[in-house]
Amino acid sequence: MAHHDPVSAGKQTVWTRHQVFEKNSIILLIGILIAISIGGLVEIVPLFYLKSTIERVEGVRPLSPLELAGRNIYIREGCYNCHSQMIRPLRDEVERYGHYSLAAESMYDHPFQWGSKRTGPDIARVGGKYSDDWHRDHMRNPRSVVPASIMPGYPFLEQTPLSVPHIAEDLAVLALEGVPYSKEMIDNALSDLVTQGMAEDQNTAAFLKRYPKAQVRDLAAVQGRLTELDAVIAYLQQLGTQVDFKIYDDKANIR
Amino acid sequence: MMHGIQKKMTWGEGGLALAMAGLAVLSLLVAAKAYTTAYAFHAYLFAAASVAAVFAILNRYYERPAELPAQVIDGKPNYQLGPIKFATIAAVFWGIAGFLVGVIIASQLAYPVLNFDLPYTAFGRLRPLHTSAVIFAFGGNVLLATSFYVVQRTCRARIAGDLAPWFVVLGYNFFIVIAGTGYLLGITQGKEYAEPEWYSDLWLTIVWVVYLLVFLFTLAKREEPHIYVANWFYLAFIATVAVLHLVNNSAVPVSLFSPKSYIVWSGLQDAMVQWWYGHNAVGFFLTAGFLAIMYYFMPKRAERPVYSYRLSIIHFWALIFMYIWAGPHHLHYTALPDWAQTLGMTFSIMLWMPSWGGMINGLMTLSGAWDKLRTDPVLRMMVVSIAFYGMSTFEGPMMSIKAVNSLSHYTDWTIGHVHSGALGWVAYISFGAIYCLVPWLWNKREVYSLKLVNWHFWISTIGIVIYISSMWVAGILQGLMWRSYTKLGFLEYSFIETTEALHPMYVIRAIGGAMFLVGALIMAYNIYRTIVDGEPVKEASAKPALATGH
Repeated sequence: MAHHDPVSAGKQTVWTRHQVFEKNSIILLIGILIAISIGGLVEIVPLFYLKSTIERVEGVRPLSPLELAGRNIYIREGCYNCHSQMIRPLRDEVERYGHYSLAAESMYDHPFQWGSKRTGPDIARVGGKYSDDWHRDHMRNPRSVVPASIMPGYPFLEQTPLSVPHIAEDLAVLALEGVPYSKEMIDNALSDLVTQGMAEDQNTAAFLKRYPKAQVRDLAAVQGRLTELDAVIAYLQQLGTQVDFKIYDDKANIR
Repeated sequence: MMHGIQKKMTWGEGGLALAMAGLAVLSLLVAAKAYTTAYAFHAYLFAAASVAAVFAILNRYYERPAELPAQVIDGKPNYQLGPIKFATIAAVFWGIAGFLVGVIIASQLAYPVLNFDLPYTAFGRLRPLHTSAVIFAFGGNVLLATSFYVVQRTCRARIAGDLAPWFVVLGYNFFIVIAGTGYLLGITQGKEYAEPEWYSDLWLTIVWVVYLLVFLFTLAKREEPHIYVANWFYLAFIATVAVLHLVNNSAVPVSLFSPKSYIVWSGLQDAMVQWWYGHNAVGFFLTAGFLAIMYYFMPKRAERPVYSYRLSIIHFWALIFMYIWAGPHHLHYTALPDWAQTLGMTFSIMLWMPSWGGMINGLMTLSGAWDKLRTDPVLRMMVVSIAFYGMSTFEGPMMSIKAVNSLSHYTDWTIGHVHSGALGWVAYISFGAIYCLVPWLWNKREVYSLKLVNWHFWISTIGIVIYISSMWVAGILQGLMWRSYTKLGFLEYSFIETTEALHPMYVIRAIGGAMFLVGALIMAYNIYRTIVDGEPVKEASAKPALATGH
């Protein structure tokens, strides 16, 4: 085929029109920004206003200060690199791990911890599956309870005292971002943390009113003080327990 | 001597020195009141680096002649090569560090005793160190070095700014140091490939804006009427990464004195934002940026024009438009609404076409020069990288199909897929570019030893093949074991049985990774010898490749 030079022929083709991008860096930049904006806007923005995105469900509450401290240690140690918190609605997953995960169950998670790899099992519903003592043994040396485990040991967690003097500030920031922490919850954050982890009777009723169904027990008894491991256990033991699936009706959420 | 000109400090020198002095004061203030010792350590690092920067700027000012470097010498552009040399060496250094950490964590999965029960050596902290070191430290420095080189050459203009290119390169590497030490000390946001905390993110934002400005102002200075195709890809990479970084890392710090922040997004929306970011870190950092490298270094090395200019136009716009949509394929069957999953799958499959458009354009550039593959191991490395690019951009769309993804997701198949792209495509095109770039930058005729390049090529190619095939087997095996049922309708395997089954594959994978590391060490030696005692040339013969219309 003979090669026609469209420019000398004086004819405007799509190729000559494209030269506006090739000859002007700002127009090229604007073109790029438009091209890359569309997909993100279409996929992300509706998630903030479509009502069917997050199910309406009873029982999901913000994490208690102790559980939040545990979650921050979970993030610090990079547990999300090997453990997912997202059960897919597939037969084997539902039978292995429990009811598939609802969007509502992680709606207060900043950031989300769904994970992307299961080098270890999913732990979206690990809460209540094992005893506190099992978790202590497992974190100290995973192979003492699961001989073929390839998880690292975390013996230093139970040797490190839990030190979160600024936990109220954490709650305040989360409240600013939309997690329903009340002023009362923020003001009592530090004492609530001690109440839950050391089972201080006089405060338990008020604590449970703020964090319904949270587990209160004397985790500190083991080491004589609250450790980082206690916070992690408090976090793990509530995972997936907030929604009562005996009364959850998935049909009610079809809108 | 030029007596007539009085030496004056430029606005850039004075301003940057002042800003750095201010940052030093602020850092010391933060260090004094920091909530954690790890954060105080980082604040001291910031202070030390700022003071060093002030010192370096002033020292450079007193040492330099009154006149700033000329834009043109004897009718030829006076290219600024210093920052490029730094970024090239940094890329080799970080590459080896990142591959080494990769071999360590691969070995930990085979032999968990290697975690040593310490916080600083556990897999959970080292894995982000590996991913960030290879993607952002190795890949990032390759992109900085090549983009600063290519934009100057193809514009036939000295890079814009005097200190600015240095600020970008040094500032970026300082970000790497902060991010990496942070992971070891337990400072992380807990978002994959976006682990650095708010203050590192802010610093990177400043560096990145300067990077964009340097790039745009250099384009504005160009002596060529057209912006060369490689620069479209670099510009798309720089601009899009800025957008992704800002949105995905939107966070509120607990306090100026705390390293901890909380991401503004939550749950499902955060998941979508994260994988919109995560997949486009692949699409724009690891693809668009490296396609830019392909579009300059392939034609240069093969001494052939780019195969089709029109194809490059089509696949450029199609690629950047479609990539952005592909994120939700990381969230198949999760609580993300089905409509978003379906959109993500559809665009992921369509993405196959522009990806292969790039592959065809790269491979066919060799038309009429295929014989060079026999004699030039550097070119061979680049061609194999494009072949791996084609393979992983076929595998990716396939894995984004929901039915396939239900098996592959959460398994090592994903790890295998990523590494065929990362080792085969990104690292190989980078190695090829580095082997070209080092002789050009240091004015040598050729790399010290093509024979060693050949050794590098074969050892690491075998390493890659071992790596990805063991991960395919591991992933598909585990996926099938998870969903396997007995005749009576019970799950056949407990989770731990599937872990046990993977042990041999994990050992093989670590060996493959180690071979890749050995290859990189050979490269480092070769480059060292090239710089130290390579055969010099009088005139750099490198000229920008020009594409022809088809």
